[in-house]
Amino acid sequence: MVIRVKDQFETLLGLQRAMESVMGSDWFGGRTSGSGAFPLINVFNDGDDFVVVAELPGVKKEDLDIQVRGDTLRIRGRKTVAHAEGVSVHRRERAAGEFDRTVTLPDDIDSAKVAAEYRDGVLTLRLPRAESAKPRTVAIN
Amino acid sequence: MVSEVSQEVTPRGKRELTQAEERTEAGKFFSPYTDIHETDRAVVVTMEVPGVDKNAIDIQLEKDVLTIKASIDSSKYESLRPIYSEYNVGNFVRTFAVSMKIDGSGISATVADGVLTVELPKAKEAMARRIAVS
Repeated sequence: MVIRVKDQFETLLGLQRAMESVMGSDWFGGRTSGSGAFPLINVFNDGDDFVVVAELPGVKKEDLDIQVRGDTLRIRGRKTVAHAEGVSVHRRERAAGEFDRTVTLPDDIDSAKVAAEYRDGVLTLRLPRAESAKPRTVAIN
Repeated sequence: MVSEVSQEVTPRGKRELTQAEERTEAGKFFSPYTDIHETDRAVVVTMEVPGVDKNAIDIQLEKDVLTIKASIDSSKYESLRPIYSEYNVGNFVRTFAVSMKIDGSGISATVADGVLTVELPKAKEAMARRIAVS
């Protein structure tokens, strides 16, 4: 194994970009700690559930770690791109590395009922709202 | 094996193709991120096509032009109401000019975790020959 680490400037630039993108998005009301970071996400509403979808091509299921606590979702993992040795490289565009993204959702999540599916490089998380976060219909006497 | 580990994956937007010619299919098209390397026996193309089923990939080699098209199934999004979005979804297409003779009948492809690997074996006459000096 040969491990190469990218230079310091890239790290700093990445940090600045992440901070800028947090300020640029207002959906999470400035509460998120990882807007615009890898992986990019789409969030949907499906009835009372949130559905979070992320594209993670080349990430193995075992290398993914998903945590939910309160209204916070954390997607952590490692993306590896293996290159065989002794070959001539014509093109190299795929990125590799570690990622750790925390997303704050607008409501509390029932962490016991969260369902995750990883298929064809796409992660789909179904996050049901906690009972305490659901609006209650008030009957009129 | 050499693995490259940067400290963190930099988020990159997907590259949408500009409309150079009119397409008959509806929907967006993206250019997938691709690695290409060459061994003694073959040219190997590896591309990221997240969300594509293995039956929805079309690989064609015609007159030294390799066209790879991968279609996604967007029906799963139809019942969902988007509330926050950072990327768009669409089909993938990419074309490469292959400079050497490829054995068209021996092309093989596999897809795993959204990564497509196409192996294009070189034709006999295109393989490098080592010449011994006597």
